[in-house]
Amino acid sequence: MLLEVRDLHVEFHTREGVAKAVNGVNYSVDAGETLAVLGESGSGKSVTAQAIMGILDMPPGKISGGEIVFKDRDLLKLRTEERRRIRGQEMAMIFQDALSSLNPVLSVGEQLGEMFVVHRGMSRSDAKVKAIELMDRVRIPAARERVGNFPHQFSGGMRQRIMIAMALALEPDLIIADEPTTALDVTVQAQVMDLLAELQRELNMGLILITHDLGVVADVADKIAVMYAGRIVETSPVHDIYRAPAHPYTKGLLRSIPRLDQKGQELYAIKGLPPNLLHIPPGCAFHPRCPMAQPVCRTDVPPLYTVDENRRSACHFWKETLDAR
Amino acid sequence: MHADETGRGGGGSLLQAGAPGAAYAEGEPILQVRGLVKHYPLTQGILFKKQVGAVKAVDGVDFDLSAGETLGIVGESGCGKSTVARMLVHLEPVTGGSIRYKGEDITKLSGRALKAVRRNIQMVFQDPYTSLNPRMTVGDIIGEPYEIHPEVAPRGSRRKRVQDLLDVVGLNPEYINRYPHQFSGGQRQRIGIARGLALNPEIIVADEPVSALDVSVQAQVVNLLDRLQAEFDLSFVFIAHDLSIVRHISDRVGVMYLGRIVEIGTDQEIYDHPTHPYTQALLSAVPVPDPTARDHRERIILHGDVPSPANIPSGCRFRTRCWKAQERCALEVPLLAVPAVFRDTSTPARHDSACHFAEEKRVVPPEGLLETPEPADAPPEEDDRDDRGGPA
Repeated sequence: MLLEVRDLHVEFHTREGVAKAVNGVNYSVDAGETLAVLGESGSGKSVTAQAIMGILDMPPGKISGGEIVFKDRDLLKLRTEERRRIRGQEMAMIFQDALSSLNPVLSVGEQLGEMFVVHRGMSRSDAKVKAIELMDRVRIPAARERVGNFPHQFSGGMRQRIMIAMALALEPDLIIADEPTTALDVTVQAQVMDLLAELQRELNMGLILITHDLGVVADVADKIAVMYAGRIVETSPVHDIYRAPAHPYTKGLLRSIPRLDQKGQELYAIKGLPPNLLHIPPGCAFHPRCPMAQPVCRTDVPPLYTVDENRRSACHFWKETLDAR
Repeated sequence: MHADETGRGGGGSLLQAGAPGAAYAEGEPILQVRGLVKHYPLTQGILFKKQVGAVKAVDGVDFDLSAGETLGIVGESGCGKSTVARMLVHLEPVTGGSIRYKGEDITKLSGRALKAVRRNIQMVFQDPYTSLNPRMTVGDIIGEPYEIHPEVAPRGSRRKRVQDLLDVVGLNPEYINRYPHQFSGGQRQRIGIARGLALNPEIIVADEPVSALDVSVQAQVVNLLDRLQAEFDLSFVFIAHDLSIVRHISDRVGVMYLGRIVEIGTDQEIYDHPTHPYTQALLSAVPVPDPTARDHRERIILHGDVPSPANIPSGCRFRTRCWKAQERCALEVPLLAVPAVFRDTSTPARHDSACHFAEEKRVVPPEGLLETPEPADAPPEEDDRDDRGGPA
């Protein structure tokens, strides 16, 4: 396994109290595999990714337990310098908002080349050649002419390509993409996702795709982990989860999205709101919104039950959820 | 607050005279937009500014809106859809063209006559975090329209009306003295909707009303809008970039590209029988939440970026990205009309499409081909009024 997150706990110490952002997350991704981490805002999906990358703000954040095993090393036990070396070389991240992730006063060529200067000790002129190569690779037209341009001179889709180029620069084994296409228009989103999937295949990288978009997940993922209130509520190969979700939250999400191929009647809506992380409901965190909730859900935290060889569901009534389809 | 309690314009006899034009007859479109144009001048020089060009944000838009209908307008960022919305509610002066509300051109109105019309066309904004004043209570926000249009609700009854409105949009009426930051995104959008309803408008222009919300909350707000439309007999102009939501809510859909509508028709005509290449590309790019669709779906990947609205291509403005483009497309502007090939047919492809080489192409797999989970046998949700749990 390329990466395994084991029982990860992250909390934030705020003035109002301790916000438990991640409460025992387990997931893994292999080389060449795409894991989609699906969740709404506040589900802990991005915080988990930041903990893996080692870019969590600490304080106020604190990793209070668990292991992150990457290529047989527990990252949480490494020293800062070692982690810095891994970051960029062996794992890289693509952020949602390219405009605020790129430095506005440096040309994209300099920013791309910097990777090679810092990590590979190349000269500036060699690094520039590399930068042009990278821009070609992510299909930025006229790379040679545009290498000196600044981020604001590119369109949103092109900027996201530059982010991808930067992540790929040192050919890492793992890419974490946090909502990489959320800020883009659909036609551009399709271009960027296609490019990302192709490069991943070519380089046989592991990809963790963090998103809230069930459509994007269905298009590219091999397996899914659904997060709610800092926990994984369901993991499954991508085909099974769309056909027969084993957790009421997943099921609710799938039914609440309007479809392009049908003009539905009233949409199914999950009632209520996602919980406040300062006051996560006892028992199953989803119980106040769950149509199937029973007394036991208010008291007992559901473990990840084994549905079958590849599927897990954190619902006391996963069997009923499956059958009730 | 129910429509029958306070008949529309009931308290507004004072302004009634100025509002409806004489030309309006029952059954005609409530809103007729013709040749709507918005150009922002590009100037050069500091002391002696001279115009060197224009950003053509909206460049000739035509559509009708019937009473009780929802017209969806879709398009990518920069296509001018939000500018159209702002012109409809008179937040943005028009450069050219007309907007006829009940037969009367509102672009020429000013003063009391404009004020009377504005009452009937209200807007719901995209971002519930910036469109509500953080220093005002919810009661003041929703009640503010009554300060400007006091004839709608006498001072003494306002508090009660605001509470009724909160109830209508599914919020607890007791929250009237709370501030926006005490609410979640979905709840704030409900506040914005309540404000839009305060004056009993006939038309609501909603600019991306759900795109800032989480998936599970989005459905609640979409259902709320659906219910309000039926309850108050509203006409909607619904602007969004999410094609699935637009299909869900709209009776008719217009697709915009670079300041113009390129194709317009009923939801079925546009989604199941698109004839304009841009619509086809747009629809094919939407990710479908079904992994089995991966294999039997044709993707049309557009190359390049949308040209700058300051420098629009000659002829058909989509030709620079179109795989069908020929010489004619650079010379001749295609008109938004039923294409000649479909004129004598009775297929759903017979609808307005601005393309010289229009042809039907189905890009969304037919309904039923893809599986959806069946409804659970769990009790159905009571309704969409479930944001009462408490402020976030």
